[in-house]
Order: sequence, then C-alpha cells, then structure tokens
Amino acid sequence: MFLKAVRSSTKSKYSTYIMVIAFFSIAAILVEAGVLGSLFKGLLIPMCYYIILAVSLNLTVGILGELSLGHAGFMCIGAYVGGVFSILTKDVITSSLIRFPLALIIGGLVAGIFGVLIGIPILRLNGDYLAIVTLAFGEIIKKLVQNFYFIKDVNGLHFSFANSIDPSTIDDVSKKVILSGPMSISGIPKDANIFIGVILVLVTLFVIMNLVDSRAGRAFMSIRDNRIVAEGVGINITKYKLIVFAVSAFFAGVAGSLFAHFSTVDSTKFDYNLSIIILVFVVLGGIGNIRGSVIAAVALYALPELLRAFQSYRMLIYAIILIAAMILNNNEKFLRFKEQFTFKRLFKTKHAKEDA
Amino acid sequence: MSLLEIKDLCISFGGLQAVQNFSMSVENNQLYGLIGPNGAGKTTVFNMLTGVYKPTSGSIVLDGVEIGGKSPMEISKCGIARTYQNIRLFSNMSVIDNVKVGLHNQIEYSTLSGIFRLPSYWKQEKLMNERAFELLKVFDLEHQSKNLSCNLPYGKQRKLEIVRALATNPKLLLLDEPAAGMNPNETAELMNTIKFIRDEFNIAILLIEHDMRLVSGICEQVAVLNFGSELTHGNTDEVLKDSRVITAYLGE
Amino acid sequence: MSFLSYLIGGISLGSIYALIALGYTMVYGIAKMLNFAHGDIIMVGGFTVFTAMSTMQFSPAISIISGIIVCTVMGVVIEKVAYKPLRNASSLSVLITAIGVSYLLENLALLIFGSSSQNFTSVVTFKPWHINEKLVISGETIVTIVVTTIIMIVLTLFVNHSKPGKAMLAVSEDKGAAQLMGINVNRTISITFAIGSSLAAVAGILLCSLYPQINAYTGQMPGIKAFIAAVLGGIGSIPGAMIGGLLLGVVENLSKAYISTQLADAISFAVLIIVLLFKPTGILGKKITEKV
Repeated sequence: MFLKAVRSSTKSKYSTYIMVIAFFSIAAILVEAGVLGSLFKGLLIPMCYYIILAVSLNLTVGILGELSLGHAGFMCIGAYVGGVFSILTKDVITSSLIRFPLALIIGGLVAGIFGVLIGIPILRLNGDYLAIVTLAFGEIIKKLVQNFYFIKDVNGLHFSFANSIDPSTIDDVSKKVILSGPMSISGIPKDANIFIGVILVLVTLFVIMNLVDSRAGRAFMSIRDNRIVAEGVGINITKYKLIVFAVSAFFAGVAGSLFAHFSTVDSTKFDYNLSIIILVFVVLGGIGNIRGSVIAAVALYALPELLRAFQSYRMLIYAIILIAAMILNNNEKFLRFKEQFTFKRLFKTKHAKEDA
Repeated sequence: MSLLEIKDLCISFGGLQAVQNFSMSVENNQLYGLIGPNGAGKTTVFNMLTGVYKPTSGSIVLDGVEIGGKSPMEISKCGIARTYQNIRLFSNMSVIDNVKVGLHNQIEYSTLSGIFRLPSYWKQEKLMNERAFELLKVFDLEHQSKNLSCNLPYGKQRKLEIVRALATNPKLLLLDEPAAGMNPNETAELMNTIKFIRDEFNIAILLIEHDMRLVSGICEQVAVLNFGSELTHGNTDEVLKDSRVITAYLGE
Repeated sequence: MSFLSYLIGGISLGSIYALIALGYTMVYGIAKMLNFAHGDIIMVGGFTVFTAMSTMQFSPAISIISGIIVCTVMGVVIEKVAYKPLRNASSLSVLITAIGVSYLLENLALLIFGSSSQNFTSVVTFKPWHINEKLVISGETIVTIVVTTIIMIVLTLFVNHSKPGKAMLAVSEDKGAAQLMGINVNRTISITFAIGSSLAAVAGILLCSLYPQINAYTGQMPGIKAFIAAVLGGIGSIPGAMIGGLLLGVVENLSKAYISTQLADAISFAVLIIVLLFKPTGILGKKITEKV
C-alpha cells in the first residue's frame, strides 16, 4: 500500500527530472548542429536561473501560501556575494571548478540568511501587508547595493555607503575596485556554463520536490490552507515559515550567483519588476505546481524573445496574452471545455481496468 | 484528580465581559456536554481551552499541568484536540494528508531527512501511512484517502475532522456542534460514533451541542452557560429538567 | 528656513502620493483587489494633458478636463473588461491580471509616444510665492497642496454623507449583505474605480507639473510609493491613505535633503517596515481578529 503511493509520487518527480534533462540536451544538440540559432543558445543559461527562481518562489507562494514580491532582492544578494567572492578569490583559488561552486553556495547561503532575517519581523503580518513589506525589502536591498562601494588595496578592504570613498585612504597603485555603487561590479569571471546550469536546476528540483513531499511539506500546506487550525493541531508555524523563507531565498541566491557569472550585473535590474515577472511565471505555471513552474519559466521567458519578430508590439501582445490567460483560466465555461482534453480522461479508462 | 479542571475562568473583549468566573471539571473518559443559548460563550470557552484566546484570569489545568494562556501548539502537545463549528479541513490537501498533519507530532523525522530521503524518512513515512490508514478505516474513509478533502460530502467531512483530531493522540477531545446540519438518522449514527470513540480511544469528550436528543442521549454530565456565566451543572437528566435552564432557552 | 521649504515640498509631494493612495485604498476596500495598474493611470492622465496641450493646442483648462475624463472612462472600462470577470477568482489571479493591464498601458504608451521622455509644460500659471528672501514656494507646490486638500475634504464628505458614498462603505463591509439591502454592487464598484481614476488623473497632472518630464514609466514609482503609503496608513482606510501619503512624502523629501538623495527611497521603505512592526495593520488599519 505504502509502496504504491511512493511509486506514484516518485514517478512524477522522475518524469520532471527527465523532462528537464531531455529538454536541455535536445536544445544543446540542436544549437550545436546549427538548427537553433545562437540567439537560442544565449537563452539556455537564463532559462536555468529563471527555472530556479520560479520553483523557489512557488515554494513560498504556492506551497506556504504567502505572497512574496521581493524575490529579486534575494537574487541580488546572491549575485553580489557570489560575484565578489569570485573576484576576491580569483588569485587564490585559480581553478574555477572549485571556486565557482563555492561562489554559488556562498551566494545562496548569505541570501538564505537574509531570508530568515527578513522572515522574522514579517511573521506576524497577514497576506497583503506581508506582500508589500517583501516588496519594500526588495527595493531597500537594491538601493543599498546600488550605493555600496567596495575597494581592495594593499592595506586591505575598504567599503562605504558614501558617495565615494575618500581617495586619500586608498593606495592608488594596488587599488582594485570591486564594487563601485551604481557602476556595479566588474571583473567577475564568466564561469557559468549550461552543464552547471542544468545540474543546479536538478538540485533545486530535488530539494524542493522532496521537501514538499514530506512531513515538512504537509506542514507548509496546512499553514497555507488554515493557519489557525494548523496551529491547533500542533504545527510550529514560526519554524516552518522560516524554513520556507530560508530555502526559497537560498535558491534565489544561487540563481543570482549563476547569473552574475554569466552576464553583467546591474543592480537596477533586481527590482520589483523582476519579482513580478517571476511571480507571473509561478501563477501561470500553476500555484503549488512545481513542474508547472519549470514549464512556465521556460515558455514565458522564451516567448518575448521569440516574439522579437514583432518588434515593438511584442510586449503589448505579451500583456494581452497574460490578461486573456487569467480571464480564461477563471471562466467556468472555458475550464469545462479544457477538461475534455486533459490526459486524465484518457488514463481514466486505463486505470479502471487495472483496479477491476 | 480530574482530567480537566477549569477554575474561575474569565475573559473580556474590550469592555465586554464574555465569560465570568466559569468553573468546570471533566473526568477521564467522561462524556461531558456544554450547552446554553446562542452567544452564551461556549465557543469562547473552547477557544480558551485551545489557546486561541488568552483568558484574562482564572486557571485551566489539564492532567495536572496549567495550560491557561499557552499557545495552541503547546496545548495540542499537552493533549487537547478539537473540531470546529463550521468544518475547517485543509481543503487543498487530500483526505489522508489531513490525517497525516494530525500525526505530525506523533510520528516525526527531521526536515533534512525529508529532503535527502535518509532512512528515518522511509521508516517514519511508512509508519505514518499505516497509522493514517488505520484511523481512516475506523471511520470508513479509507477508500477516499486520495481524494481532495473539500470534495467529500458534508457528513464525511465532519468525520474527517474528527479523525484528524484523534490523530493528535489527545486526552481530551472538544467537539463544537458536531451534529450541526444533520438529520435524525445521521444524529443517531453520530451518537454511536461518539460513544465508540470514547470507548476505543480511551479519551474524555467535551461537546457543545444544541441538539438535546444528542445531549441527553450520550452526555453523562452537562454544564449550562448563559450570558457568559454558569447557570448550573450536574447530571444530564436533572439539569435538562431544571426550570432555569428551560427559561434560559425559551425565555420567560 | 530651508527646513521649512523642504517640509513644504514634502507635504506637496506627499499630497500627490495621498491622491494616488486614495484610489488604491478605495478600490482595495470595496473591490477587495490590489489594482497594480493604478500607477499607470497617472501616466495616462499626464500624457492626455500633454497631447491635448501640445498636439491639439487646447487651453490648460480644457486639457485638464479631458485628462480627467479620459482617465475616468479608462478606469471604468478596465474594471469591466479585465477585473469583473475575475470577481470570484483568487486575489492572486486578480493581481496578475492587474499586472497585465499595467504592462498593456505602459507598452501602449511606448508605442504611441516612444521611449524617450517628453517635456511637460506645467498647467499652473501662478507665480511663485516669495515669503521672504530665503523661502520661495513654487506655484505648482501651492496649487498641489490647495487642490489636494479640497479634494480630500470633498471626498470625505461624499463618502460619509451621500447615498453612493454610503453604498461604497456598505459594500466594503460586506458585499453580500449590501446586495441584499438593494445596493447595486456593480455600479458601486464602477463608481469607485471612476473616482479613483479621476484622482489619479489629477495626481498625474500635478506630478508632471512639479517634475516636468513624462514617459511611459512615469507612473510606476509613484504608484508603488502610493501603494506603500496606503498600506502605511492602513489599507482600506481613507483618512489612512491621506496620512500615509503625507508622511511618506515628508520623510522622502527630508531624507533627500538631509541624508542622501540615493538612499531616500530606501529610508521611506524602511519607515514602512518599522511602522508595520508596531502596528501590523498600518497606522489607522483595523485590527482583524479571525473568528474561530
């Protein structure tokens, strides 16, 4: 009895892993073969970090049931911490095979710590208030990072929030500017590659899907469905909320670190607009549906790129598609129409024969 | 020593004194009823017993331990479970998952073990699955284990709520108007179910009810609440014949 | 003396935030949704006036009126087309739809007006008021404060003493019960959106007069800040939106003056977080105890 239940949830997880591996393998092959242009090639690593961002946000929004509008802030922390780490250790740890994974982990850990730090004060807030506070935190992180100066020289490390660091304290000869406020970071080694990207996606899926399908996952969902009753049944609300914030922020940080080693880091990009883009992936992929987040992240990230042909109209079309999708998905007639075409209907007859 | 000792319990909301000097004791394995007209404060007492509200004064002692003012989570661990007036299941979770949440503190393994699928995960999940099925079987719900709990018919939802409460291994079970919305047949079945629970699970049951057939049918003792304070308490038959009680319900 | 001028500037900015916040808070209180596209209505108002004055050469008065009319109509149409079908959907779905509407408005503006900022001619014709040599208050600032004060007084009177206003209060308390009392919920919601949008139009015109640049994204940041102001004051509370807006504007301006221009926004947001730590439902927000 138990093994049967295990097999069905494991089946679903393995099919998700296979789907990811298959998609990226086929895409990589097609790119090498020249079937898919270099435009598509440049989309593959971003797809990886968007998947990680969407899946980690779905943990907070879909499984725990708390609306977070500050996910980009954790990505920002991961990007900066991971990037700075790589720059500082470039000469010490010369092998990127060791340095890059460390940068990813450290970026994730610091982001995760921030997730807990931010989580603690917002524990008491309800739905919409929590959302606006996460948005505020995201913006604060962005602003702080935008005004942060970090310079290394022969005397050690200097950092400040001022408009610039007093030049007299810096030894011009040995100075190396790591982070200069709005000019951001320069000099991060571009260690990212598609292979690591896919591995990170698989690790994220492994951790989060296992987490959801476990005792802790049930605790999260009970908090989502009815917090007061969950407490009455003995669930430690604080503990489980903080676990979700920590894990969700950790993976956002890892995604950020991956991003930093792939593309130029510009703090203005880590704003609420980005948080909202990821939220749209999550909602359209299905709240609480991890596999849906994977598909939505890939499809919706690629969609505007593929619509490039339409030039200036593409974002307009995207907006109309978004509105239409939300209205249709909540329209009873359309939902009934959709049910005719699900796979479930086809399998229903098959299972009936099995159980008989 | 009684299982549950309530002494001089008081709570006020703003200026309104909702419950005054309420005292009651429930023995092990007893079937106790809490009755009174609407708005008398019965659910408020339940909320104080389960930690949803903090009493302004008075004490609640369960099995020798003072639980007044503790958090709902701690009280659940001490051994009180409840059902709600309007059924509150975890609607987006399956029937069996609702029960498994109830078993959360009975069968444990660490979060890390869950993530990395360590041996304790496999061992404890198997145990949890078996225990959850056992409980569902007792109430004839095992065939709907995979269904979404919100899709169950009303009567089965009520049963599931009770199963979830029992999963927490309580010493005292609080039922808040369990017969609400039931017809006489269903009520009769419920009466047997409640007696069966008391006998099988060896627990005390305190219930709030308006259906006097059920109260007189199974409650051994009864306390009457009116306007936040106790009118009387004692053996069910005597209390229900008390003219003050009848007046409280029907008016002068 | 300069403190006073910064303070007044903050009140002026804050009044604009308050106007926008009022729209957010009313829609949230009555339609129970976060209209993320509200900030972009500001931009629509600004661009309408811009087009009316520069392309069509209308007088400032006619331009302002046309701006308000366009925004009001647009607000009502958006509600009917995009939000009404989702009345019974989850609040998250409605939020995403609102985001879609926001994208739509921004990209339409990009298409029509291009991506570079346009210069906006102020509609205010009052000369600056020289109180003394050190303290000069611009005409725009005066008009902003006066206009918003009048609007807030009128709105409060309207909501508390007129029939449609009381209908709005009823719907915000309990939609079902209001309907049973014979209140036309659809019409009440439309009126709410109409009022909110017209306030946003005024805010947009005043904003563009104070900071005379406009582009497709002009409404974004003020929209977010007004949202924060509404939450700060207690979302759903009209006086709360006014207090929240003013507070935010003053904090922002004083931070810009005395601490740092770049960190001013971060400080305003931090104020929100601190307030919510002590009052989880905002300054004037209602404490909601869940009934079990």
